[in-house]
Formats: sequence, C-alpha cells, structure tokens
Amino acid sequence: MNENINVWLNEHGDYLYRFALARLRDPQLAEDAVQETLLASINNNSFSGESSARTWLTAILKHKIIDIQRKRIREQPLSDLIDLDASDTSMDDFFDKSGHWLEKPQALDMPEDILKQKQFLTILSSCIDKLPAKLATIFVMRDVHESDNENICKELGITATNAWVMLYRARMGLRKCLEMNWIAG
Amino acid sequence: MKFMLNCKQASQLISQSLENPLSSSKRIKLKFHLLLCAACTRFRQQLRLINNATKRIRLETENDDTLQLPLESKTRIFQQISSHIESKNH
Repeated sequence: MNENINVWLNEHGDYLYRFALARLRDPQLAEDAVQETLLASINNNSFSGESSARTWLTAILKHKIIDIQRKRIREQPLSDLIDLDASDTSMDDFFDKSGHWLEKPQALDMPEDILKQKQFLTILSSCIDKLPAKLATIFVMRDVHESDNENICKELGITATNAWVMLYRARMGLRKCLEMNWIAG
Repeated sequence: MKFMLNCKQASQLISQSLENPLSSSKRIKLKFHLLLCAACTRFRQQLRLINNATKRIRLETENDDTLQLPLESKTRIFQQISSHIESKNH
C-alpha cells in the first residue's frame, strides 16, 4: 500500500496538483486536495485497473475540489450574505437611480501581441484573486462546468437566483478591475 | 419588466444569458436595447472576453509543467498517509 502511494505521488502528484490549482487558485488548498485524494484512494478499493490510475484519481480529486469549494462558499461572514440579498443596492456603484451607467463600459479586447496577451491574463488572474473568495469560487466553478448551472447549484446547495446574482457581481467586479488595471494601466 | 430596459436591467440579462438561454420576450427586449445602446454592447463584449480569458488561464495552469507539487509537500503527504495506514493497522 505504501509503495502504491509513493508511486502515485511521483507519477501523478504534479498532474493532480495542477488540476486542483487551476480550480482552487490557492497552492495550500490544492495541496490539501491532493492529500485528501490519496487518502481516499487507500480507503477505497474501487480501483479496478480498468481505467488508468490517473483517471481514477482525477475522479476522486474532482469530488474533493467541490467539497473545498462548497466550504468556501458556505463559510462566509454573515455580512456578505446580507449584502448579497440586497443585490439592488450593492450595484449603486455602477448605475444611477434610473438605471443608467455611471461610467460607461470601455472597449476591452484581447491584444494580438502574445506578450501583451500574457500580461492581460496575469492582470485578469490577479483581478479574480481580489474578488471576495465566495465570488471567485463560483466564478471559476462556472468556467469549469460551463453552462451546467443546475449542477453547480445542486453541488453548492444554493438557489439558481443566488448563483446568478453572485456571478453578476463577480463579473461586474472583474470588468471594473480590468478597466482600472489594464486599460488605465 | 417594461419593454424598454434600462442599462442596469440589460446588464443583468446579458450576464444571465451567459448561463441559460433567455425567454423569448427577454431576448427581444435585450436585442432591442443593444441596438440602441453602445455601452451595453461593450459590456457584453467585456463579459465574453472575461469568460474566454478565464478558461485560458485555467487550461494554461493545468498544462504548465513548471508547476509542481513541492518536494517537501510530497514528503509531508507521504508521511501523513503512512502514519494514517499504520494507525489503522494497530
């Protein structure tokens, strides 16, 4: 058993870590997810050898990642949740009383130059990390699960309305951050 | 919702439409608003760009061979799991 763990850690550890890091965007949480996955794999004898070890481990990892994301979304300060319910007032920064843009969105395009693209992605990355953890988490989940909104809500135990309000707020935050740090910068 | 959307309502529908198809009445109202409103059209473009770029960030992280689980983390994980197995065997 010990040998198995060592082999898996060496052969698949980096892969599993990157997979988790791309979804959790936090090295410590990604490492925890890999450890939880290997721990679950020794407690669970369902590996039949029909699929590759990597495929099997990745399937376990996906569940571990969702567990961590669910915790992150639920363990938020109460003030955040109250704020979320008052979704109409929280958008005051962007619109006036009659619903017009206070500041009109600016043109935002992917640069053609490869080096500039890299810079753009780095800035977007830091903008995602600046969002409240809850909003960043659901925003990244949405990217992974594409339009499978129903499943995200089921996994997280939140309503569809709650999910789209959070996604809307995440996007408003991201575009503002990009306008400030990319266009203006 | 009245036929003429304001920009706040339009921006909400634009965001929603990225998750689920809108009902046909909402879709028509939004289309009409976008015909007349350059600001919301730019907003939609911004959201599409953010979606595409976010996917790229994720895929690049997944495929970045230079990102590795640090050796000390591997050692730590190995020790933790070994001690877990031992405690189960006793």
